[in-house]
Amino acid sequence: MEIKKEQNGNALTIKVIGRLDAGSAPELSKELTTALNGVEDLTFDFAELKYIASAGLRVLLVAQKRMNKQGSMKLINVSEAVMEVLDMTGFASLMTIV
Amino acid sequence: MEKITVDATIENLQNVIDFAAEQLENRDCPMKTSMQLQLVIEEIFVNISSYAYHPEIGPATFCMEFEENPTAVLMTFIDGGKPYNPLEKEDPDTTLDIDERDIGGLGIFLVKKNVDEISYEYADGKNILHMKRFF
Repeated sequence: MEIKKEQNGNALTIKVIGRLDAGSAPELSKELTTALNGVEDLTFDFAELKYIASAGLRVLLVAQKRMNKQGSMKLINVSEAVMEVLDMTGFASLMTIV
Repeated sequence: MEKITVDATIENLQNVIDFAAEQLENRDCPMKTSMQLQLVIEEIFVNISSYAYHPEIGPATFCMEFEENPTAVLMTFIDGGKPYNPLEKEDPDTTLDIDERDIGGLGIFLVKKNVDEISYEYADGKNILHMKRFF
């Protein structure tokens, strides 16, 4: 997994590339702990995210709960494979997906 | 039957996934099905890694067998850790709103959603989980 960040004032876009699995999820989780400080508009760009497992869902859930308090969060360019997992778990209805 | 035995640690997750992906590719399993099965394999392996021998480390064996007419893959996980039947875990309520949602149980729920048959037995001091998926 690779993480690319683009910050524009209080808007942050995080591009997650590759696989968000139990091996890589802790890295994203750690990154978000500080990266979300002061962010009001968070976008996850999943154009190059091929795979997500429950460990990745956990990180998204924590991020969503945090952003509900300090701003908003959305997922963009979600692939079919990742969308299937979000749908199956009901996460699709908890998050803004555009 | 093809099998791989590794120490059940998160560091070995990719080895098990790579092994499975290669077997599935050799059998012309569609990519979409292969990704779903990688998810299944990850969730079970991560469970074993996190809980079976905790706080010790122990081995997990993953076996794959293929059937034809209809085409199917049989997958078995074996570990010698604490007896644990993942099928007894209650399914999460996927309709709850965000403040009530908990991540617990999502992994095994995803497993059940992505296989056609699943059964558990405890025999000779081992947890044995059998799964079957047609493709």
